[in-house]
Amino acid sequence: MSEQGGQGGTSVTGAQSLVTSLEAAGVTDIFGIPGGAILPAYDPLMDSTRIRHILVRHEQGAGHAAQGYAAATGKVGVCMATSGPGATNLVTPLADAHMDSVPMVAVTGQVGAAMIGTDAFQEADIRGITMPITKHNFLVTDPADIPRTVAEAFHIASTGRPGPVLVDVAKSALQAMTTFSWPSELHLPGYRPVTTPHAKQIKEAVRLIKEARRPVLYVGGGVIRARASRELAQLAALTGIPVVTTLMARGAFPDSNPQHLGMPGMHGTVAAVAGLQKSDLIISLGARFDDRVTGNLDSFAPNALVIHADIDPAEIGKNRHADVPIVGDCKEVISQLVALLTAEGADGDYEAWVAFLAGLKKSYPLGYDTPADGSLAPQYVIERLGAIAGPEAVYASGVGQHQMWAAHYVGYENPNTWINSGGLGTMGYAVPAAMGAKVGMPDSTVWAIDGDGCFQMTNQELATCAINDIPIKVAIINNESLGMVRQWQTLFYNERYSNTDLHSKRIPDFVKLADAYGCVGLACESPDEVDATIEKAMAIDDQPVVVDFRVHRDAMVWPMVAAGTSNDEIKYARDLAPQFDEDDI
Amino acid sequence: MSNKHTLSVLVENKPGVLARVAGLFSRRGFNIDSLAVGPTEHPEVSRMTIVVNVEESPLEQVTKQLNKLVEVIKIVELDGPGSVNRELLLVKVRADAATRGAVLDAVQLFRAKVVDVSPEAVTVQAVGNSDKLADLLKVLEPFGIRELVQSGMVAIGRGSRSISERPQRPVAVPAPLSAIAN
Repeated sequence: MSEQGGQGGTSVTGAQSLVTSLEAAGVTDIFGIPGGAILPAYDPLMDSTRIRHILVRHEQGAGHAAQGYAAATGKVGVCMATSGPGATNLVTPLADAHMDSVPMVAVTGQVGAAMIGTDAFQEADIRGITMPITKHNFLVTDPADIPRTVAEAFHIASTGRPGPVLVDVAKSALQAMTTFSWPSELHLPGYRPVTTPHAKQIKEAVRLIKEARRPVLYVGGGVIRARASRELAQLAALTGIPVVTTLMARGAFPDSNPQHLGMPGMHGTVAAVAGLQKSDLIISLGARFDDRVTGNLDSFAPNALVIHADIDPAEIGKNRHADVPIVGDCKEVISQLVALLTAEGADGDYEAWVAFLAGLKKSYPLGYDTPADGSLAPQYVIERLGAIAGPEAVYASGVGQHQMWAAHYVGYENPNTWINSGGLGTMGYAVPAAMGAKVGMPDSTVWAIDGDGCFQMTNQELATCAINDIPIKVAIINNESLGMVRQWQTLFYNERYSNTDLHSKRIPDFVKLADAYGCVGLACESPDEVDATIEKAMAIDDQPVVVDFRVHRDAMVWPMVAAGTSNDEIKYARDLAPQFDEDDI
Repeated sequence: MSNKHTLSVLVENKPGVLARVAGLFSRRGFNIDSLAVGPTEHPEVSRMTIVVNVEESPLEQVTKQLNKLVEVIKIVELDGPGSVNRELLLVKVRADAATRGAVLDAVQLFRAKVVDVSPEAVTVQAVGNSDKLADLLKVLEPFGIRELVQSGMVAIGRGSRSISERPQRPVAVPAPLSAIAN
């Protein structure tokens, strides 16, 4: 390690320079797998006392683990892979991190500089491949560029709108001799994120907030990334404005707060969907008007003015026109809104609106049917899991029905406790993401709530967990099918179940599988065993636990707005549309 | 025609920048009408002139997305009257003893230049805006065009101001990073 920091140092290999640079960037954990091109870096990595490298079983697992680590801690997650197939296996996690604004740095080996472009063994143009799915990426062929590139990668990944950055390093650069010199400043003339909002826009926003009669705080993942939950709580308390939290923002505002209407969108609560749809002012904080939230865009919240605050100017006005655009970091934006509203007096009159939404919340609460045959309702399992593991635990989920139920029924009180693949919708995210979260938050209980389909995509990381003392807990919501696809087949394809039957109550035996992987395997199929099974899993803290919850396969996610239709068409349950007329407000 | 926009994009002169910019346009579903890249008065900065055919609101989105590219320093839209824009055309026209005189007349009329001559053809070089070059081609077409190559448009704002005037500040490495290094 250089003592001079910026003034050059002793002669080292590029590989040593890379490891020292990662240490200098503050890295303490890396998820990865070695291979030919990255091999030189693994040699000095073995001697690093600052960095723990966790050897995963598949590079996709390394990438999602880095994401889970970042999502739980707010720090930059780091993964490492070799060239060619190692690097291409990171494509899915990189795309996922790009969609969900996860700060992450991926370091990949590349074939030697002289071999680039020759279709060499294990050569893939990973920089070219990942251009559209990274915030930025680099190819390093000169070892002298390693420290500056690593410093830039971490700066870019963690500032502004966070995102994944890939650093591809040629094997020849890792092997060559160089000097380590950590830069004291970075020259990124084209990269200047705006974090402080314009005072004029804040003033205009406050004016609209005071004039509105039916405002709603539309809270997105940006509030979590900006660590602005406390500020949000202040704004909500000060104004009394109802809050909705998107799938990416679950936990940004306590579910127990009566102002909270829940999650909006395709599977949102009736109150949250109506809260946006019938509002006259949407105050969007770090959200991006995703199609899963707006439904048919033309008929979305037709009478609402929009205040759109986001750190990424390109999100503002992308899908929905913004009447008051505010470019800035959510923490600063919300603090300034709070300050000005406090100074001017937050005297908006929202009484009728709040009462209307409270009525909807009461008339159309989240709920599910208990199967008549005594079998297990998936929602019940998740509800009990949330109640027993509690709001201090961290929950990671895969993608599908179990994800929606986990979003609704766990009950979140704290930010960074809900980790999922929102934008890309990557099945198989849960197990490796939970692993990463547990590494970052070793003192927290970490549950992966997974589907039987998702689980079979990445469960090899259970070996990583068992061997490296990463005692995560996995709840498989086993409905022996690709449940969300099956639900659409039930609703839109005349119950023709083409290729969604996984038979996973028969094959594989998840309890045996868990056992084979050095984990504790439990199974549960009746409602009266649920609490005891969860408590048994909670009591084990020296080994990963996998619980096979064998649930009813016909349970569906409600409410639902069918794809492409208006949010006005929300169904509370099959063939049951809620009554909400504007005359009621 | 009214939806044509000319963007001057200052980028860091680094490998892969062109791929990033071109990739962004295709990914977001925009067609590039013409693209020219070259050096500027600063050796570390290149300038792209991109002509796109889009409505105002998608143009705003593509400009914002371009601005997000780390290596894009600045984007300026140049409007017709406020800027000078030029393209370069090289065209090989069939011209034998009988027709050469007429071809040369046309060349002179458009203040173009003959840059190569052979017994069967002449190669003409012309510089101008798209309209002028299109008109020249219309005149030359009857003689027989054997080969044609045309550059993308380059454009510069009128007046004394330069679009690259703003000084470039370095970014300090955040404290935790340098603290560990030291």
